[in-house]
Amino acid sequence: MNQNGTAIAVNGLSKSYKDIKVLKEVDFTVRTRQVFALLGSNGAGKTTMVKILTTLIKPDNGTITICGFDLGKQEQHVRECISLAGQYSAVDDALTGMENLIMIGTLRHLPDKKQQAQQLLDIFGLTSDADRKVQTYSGGMRRKLDLAMSLMGNPSIIFLDEPTTGLDPQSRLSLWKTIKQLVKSGTTIFLTTQYLEEAEYLADYIAILNDGVITAEGTSEELKKIIPGAAIEFEFHEESDLHKAMDLLKDYDVKMNKEIFALSVSMDDDIEQLANILNTLKNNSISVSRFEQKLPTLEDVFLTLVDKN
Amino acid sequence: MFVRCMRHSLRNLDILLTAVMQPLATLIIFVYMFGGAISGGDANYINYVVPGIIILTVGYCASFTAISVNTDLSKGIIDRFRSMPISRSSVLTGHVLASVARNCIATLVVVIVAIFMGLRFTAGPIEWIIAIGILLLYMLVITWLSVFFGLIASSPDSATTVGFLVLILPYLSSGFVPTDTIPGVLRVFAVNQPLTPIIETLRSLLIYSSVGEHLLPSVLWCAGLLVVTYIGSMVIYDRKVKN
Repeated sequence: MNQNGTAIAVNGLSKSYKDIKVLKEVDFTVRTRQVFALLGSNGAGKTTMVKILTTLIKPDNGTITICGFDLGKQEQHVRECISLAGQYSAVDDALTGMENLIMIGTLRHLPDKKQQAQQLLDIFGLTSDADRKVQTYSGGMRRKLDLAMSLMGNPSIIFLDEPTTGLDPQSRLSLWKTIKQLVKSGTTIFLTTQYLEEAEYLADYIAILNDGVITAEGTSEELKKIIPGAAIEFEFHEESDLHKAMDLLKDYDVKMNKEIFALSVSMDDDIEQLANILNTLKNNSISVSRFEQKLPTLEDVFLTLVDKN
Repeated sequence: MFVRCMRHSLRNLDILLTAVMQPLATLIIFVYMFGGAISGGDANYINYVVPGIIILTVGYCASFTAISVNTDLSKGIIDRFRSMPISRSSVLTGHVLASVARNCIATLVVVIVAIFMGLRFTAGPIEWIIAIGILLLYMLVITWLSVFFGLIASSPDSATTVGFLVLILPYLSSGFVPTDTIPGVLRVFAVNQPLTPIIETLRSLLIYSSVGEHLLPSVLWCAGLLVVTYIGSMVIYDRKVKN
């Protein structure tokens, strides 16, 4: 099924809706047993990409191979090795959790569907809710069931379209942990997200989709070199303090924001460095009114990439 | 797929109840309230009218499928089904089979009540088999028609318009009154519409125990309409899900 460790190979993929070019000659490769994240803001074309790769819609142009099968000519073979957990939980509200899983098991002709269903319910912590109608589940539980349904039959590739959008932080963390465990068992995961930290936490390889093209791709480390990192912003009471601090900290990577009398120092969670900076300022009688850690947003990423181009 | 839709039905029993109440109410009204006036005191009017009532029941019960198909399409689970290695028609077929099962139950209830009200059959086993065959064929046609309307409707509310059609048509046929008592243009319509031969066939099989001369037109109408509604539904389904 998999050739040379390539799970998905996309070449020259284009898709337009009416006159709008949503995807423009996109190329990328997803290796097996990898978590591949497609990062992009809303409307970037991520969901269109997922729909094309999961056989829901046809591309205008391009060659796509999934699990070694040609997407255009061997659709049913592709469907046998993939599974989709879409943006809007693809679960049947009127059935119970167990019934949903058994239904998928039946449709996929799995001989041991009851065992698999039970196992998955255990993994996702849904055993006690298995016989309640999904209508009664919370958002986090629905997503978990969605993922569990996608896992019935052990597909080679799972597509997760914005899996944690709209979830509370607790459910999000819980889902992240589960996804991490999944990868260990060898499934290839194609994930789309608008959250930089989600891509960084989960993915082995990230591709950034902006305006229909992939503007950057690489491992988390590779991308950190080209995208802005975290920074700590120090705010001062007076402009004179700001200039003094600028002078003292000129060896660091600093940016000045005159409007709010603030200085932004690029650094990660380095407590020692932070302590050094605060001490330096204190020893020079410069009082800091406020300091805050600033994480890069997707917009910062795009701006940096656009600058580079 | 069939099991899934059946589970939905069983959890929404009030729909089944409505599907049965409406035709039963009509039966009672026509036989007890109007029957004397229409038939001029003929006690066998109930035998005359039951085939029409059965057709009403089948149509009405089937029309609910339009709503369930329409609401199903708007849910995320359709995307999951379409990305799985199952046949294209299985989603709709599941709805159709469950609808037919519901329909059989509803029709049975109506017939049993009619028997209590005085309905008497003179059909032998062969006539029964043919009658049930025609009825199932009609059920399939109306259900697929319902599916079609469910697919083209923009919301569950507008999907109920097919219900209007199936409620009116049986009246404009030989279901309740002989066609020669219907005036002018309406009579032309009543004589030529597909429900008339179907009802006549049912009537002659169940009440007069003979196949009657309307069997062939009934089968042809049903077969033709079935092909059209099935293909129409699949075409619209493809177009809708590729949105």
